[in-house]
Amino acid sequence: MEVVSSITPLLTVLVSAVGACLILATGERNRNLRESWTIIAAVIKFALVVSMVPLVLEGKVIEFTFINLAPGLPLQLKVDPFGMLFALLASTLWIATSFYSIGYMRGLNEHAQTRYFFCFAVCLSATMGIAFAGNLITFFIFYEILTVATYPLVMHMETEEAYLGSRKYLVYTLIAGVVLLFALAVIYSMTGTLDFTPGGFLAGHGIHTGLLIFLFVLLIMGCGVKAGIMPLHEWLPTAMVAPTPVSALLHAVAVVKAGVFGTLRIILYVFGPILLHDLGVWLILAYVVSFTIIVSAMLALAQDNFKRRLAFSTVNNLAIIILGAIILTSNSITGGMLHLVNHGFMKIALFFVAGAVFVKTHKKNVSDLDGLGRQMPLTFGAFTICALGLAGVPPACGFISKWFLCLGFLEAKEIFFLIVLLTSAMLDIAFFGPIIYKAFFAKPKPDVSPHFDEAPMLMVIPILCATAISVMLCVSPNAFVHVFDIARMAAMSILGAG
Amino acid sequence: MSTQYPALIVIVPLMSALICFVVGWWNRNFCYKIAVAAIAVSFYSSVVTMKDVMANGVIHYWVGSWEPPWGIEYVVDYLNGYMLIIITFISLLAVIASKKSVEKDFPEKAPAFYSIFLLLVTGLVGITITGDVFNVYVFLEIASIAAYALIAIGKRDHAPMASFNYVIYGTVGACFYLIGVGYLYMVTGSLNMADLAKLLPDLYNSKVVLVGFAFLLVGVCIKMALFPLHMWLPDAYSLAPDSVSSLIAPLMTKVSAYVMIRIMFTIFQPVFSFEMLPVGSICGWLAVIAIFVGGIRALAQKDLKNMLVYILVAEVGYIVIGISVGNRIGLTGAILHIMNDAAMMACLFLIVGAIAYKTGITDITQFRHMNQKMPFTMAAFTITALSMVGLPPACGFFSKWYLVLGAINANQWVLVVTLLISSLINAILFFRVIEYAYFYPHPEHGAEEHVHATSHGHAEIVMNEAPLSMLIPILIMATLILVLGPFSGKIISSIIQFAIPAGF
Repeated sequence: MEVVSSITPLLTVLVSAVGACLILATGERNRNLRESWTIIAAVIKFALVVSMVPLVLEGKVIEFTFINLAPGLPLQLKVDPFGMLFALLASTLWIATSFYSIGYMRGLNEHAQTRYFFCFAVCLSATMGIAFAGNLITFFIFYEILTVATYPLVMHMETEEAYLGSRKYLVYTLIAGVVLLFALAVIYSMTGTLDFTPGGFLAGHGIHTGLLIFLFVLLIMGCGVKAGIMPLHEWLPTAMVAPTPVSALLHAVAVVKAGVFGTLRIILYVFGPILLHDLGVWLILAYVVSFTIIVSAMLALAQDNFKRRLAFSTVNNLAIIILGAIILTSNSITGGMLHLVNHGFMKIALFFVAGAVFVKTHKKNVSDLDGLGRQMPLTFGAFTICALGLAGVPPACGFISKWFLCLGFLEAKEIFFLIVLLTSAMLDIAFFGPIIYKAFFAKPKPDVSPHFDEAPMLMVIPILCATAISVMLCVSPNAFVHVFDIARMAAMSILGAG
Repeated sequence: MSTQYPALIVIVPLMSALICFVVGWWNRNFCYKIAVAAIAVSFYSSVVTMKDVMANGVIHYWVGSWEPPWGIEYVVDYLNGYMLIIITFISLLAVIASKKSVEKDFPEKAPAFYSIFLLLVTGLVGITITGDVFNVYVFLEIASIAAYALIAIGKRDHAPMASFNYVIYGTVGACFYLIGVGYLYMVTGSLNMADLAKLLPDLYNSKVVLVGFAFLLVGVCIKMALFPLHMWLPDAYSLAPDSVSSLIAPLMTKVSAYVMIRIMFTIFQPVFSFEMLPVGSICGWLAVIAIFVGGIRALAQKDLKNMLVYILVAEVGYIVIGISVGNRIGLTGAILHIMNDAAMMACLFLIVGAIAYKTGITDITQFRHMNQKMPFTMAAFTITALSMVGLPPACGFFSKWYLVLGAINANQWVLVVTLLISSLINAILFFRVIEYAYFYPHPEHGAEEHVHATSHGHAEIVMNEAPLSMLIPILIMATLILVLGPFSGKIISSIIQFAIPAGF
């Protein structure tokens, strides 16, 4: 693989860090200027990420090394197809979320908006760092920055509930960080390297099998907390106390996706398919995530709080992504990676809908949504498309990724996991169906306006954009910056090396 | 022996201490300027000396041109060159920051304060620079006696008592060290470190050497407050005036740790310390207990300064872990942690001083809205706190990384787990403070406060930042904490790897 040295990856990371400083310097004095920093940084970041796509499609790897932390341990950014996929997702959604956040924060006249936008920008820097991290230590550094930068966002409301939520979040993620650090230190002292390699680098260092399994468990635990693998998911529904744009971007996209991204990196780039087959641990992880898929979908059925229901649906979909990767066939890996992107677009639209409903009507619960579809047809129309898309119904892109997942499971002759996937799709319908039904067909509650009365346009337009991209990704998976090709390349590079 | 810089590092603060006191009779405002200038010269000389070492190798400076082993020799190699820069730099920031709080707390004692302060710095650099074990004792006493006086100089009620307690412990420690030196002199007839290192290997089986080694080590352990000999530290440091604790707390324990490294790796060879004696495992276990005891006692404190002094007890444990694993990478971690911890502790104690100076608050539970009153100070606090927890990219993470690697290489899994758990204890400690300072509306009135906050946007809280003489050192320190982290690889490859004895 050809390596190109370039400063662009660093710039993508720095752009939002600089933005964060400008946001802090501007502060409350000039709100429009402050918000424009967010938008400018988001647009520049997206442009920088897209500018690297052609090189990645040519099969080149873009690399930037800051400094050597120790022999064989550089602080290094490396743009490969898989990282590119995640970076594209995060940078696209940041633009949408920036507009939406402005609408939401101003719509509710929230306090501490500077802190909010500052932390948000730092989170995005960290996410880019995670996406482009060339080795485990760089990944870990940005992963921890993400943890810290998210904490004030979860705490944002400063209520009793927010305290408990953010403390729980910290307890889970910091312990996970320590576990991860431990595993990293052991791997480094055994192999002397931590570089991500397609197809894994742990094989052939003569590490004892028992220790390898132990390390796998530690690493999956370390990343699994953020990825919400049961039983480590407990923080996620509690953290829904954060403002909705935070839940949307961070708990449907950046934080949890960073966890899933890390898990996939560990499965595919640290251990690799061959080693995992030899160890036999892949099957155990597959069963654990299958359990998560089914149980989280069932728990989602029981939630009345709109955002909590979405949170459990997130847990469900994250587990589906991991299941795709751990089945270790080319189609299932492609499907998993595509689902990482597709789920991001669809789920952010759903969270945006929950936020729009809250800003407009101050309703938080599913049971209060009766007849709202007539008042907010655009919002709930988008909701319907994306919710069905998550279950795998065209025309939203969930169909494409689930199709490849099914193909992959059949290829591996794992009928059990195929059934798990299809059952979860049915459960998806079961917990999203009532929302759609209530919104459009139930008798409106007296406080619902019978006329068209939407949320602020700054919120509706991002919803429609996210939905439009979701549909586009289904109609033509390559139309949006070659997402499909990139995912395919990533999957091929892993299996090709193995 | 081309330059006089090594001598200047020690002489300038020493002479200035005397000048300071005399000038103080005439005009006490000059004392501050003299002290700052003296320490600045000392810092500059350290940097020049270190550059010289990096260019030309180890410097031997014969005081009064008396040849060793008869005369006193100053030896500057990579290890103590590095230590000297840390000591003089932190002293410089501490003395700059002390201006306002000295004016506020005890203006009439300013001449005494600055001359004793300079003596303390003299003692610290003297211990570090000298290549003579008896000279170490002399400087150790200068530093300790200056410290006793400085701790008692404030107006806090129990400070003289704490200081007296420290005098007793400290004297016992110094005594033990001196007895150790005496034993070694008995069998070798030499006090020069290099000379001792040459003579001792033949005598490793001698009981006298063994006893001498034990006395030296216990003496140093008292000075560095390693559990269970740490009892003097919490009271002495927490009751000391803020301007004093920001100098003593970061440096005294680190300099003692340096002496420990010298004893175990230069005067005696690692073979003796680690293979012939179980010093490594004994110190390792003590460090584990120190980390847990320090951490748990810190959890029980409501006062920020009290919390920090217990954390300091735990931090000593970190350094000792790095030394006790007895391998190269662990020692690298220990030496790196000496610098990082000195930076973090200096920053934290400066912040405590600034907050106390401006608001009089030391109780964590009253830190509400501190982020709006003193935004820059609290930003620095947050950075340092993240570093203490061991979160990258702050420097605390990197030394912890090397310490963990060292412990893994030595197969000391208890130490690995201790290091990791202690990060979590630190997380609880520091996030508690951050929560109070940044987010705390009393939970019982949470809802009402929230409404209040949104409608007024906290407009009623005015920014009341610390004076620049305090703020600038704090911000310099905080920036360094962030910058040193990513550059630790550079520091290790250009300095620390040469500071570790060859072949170890």
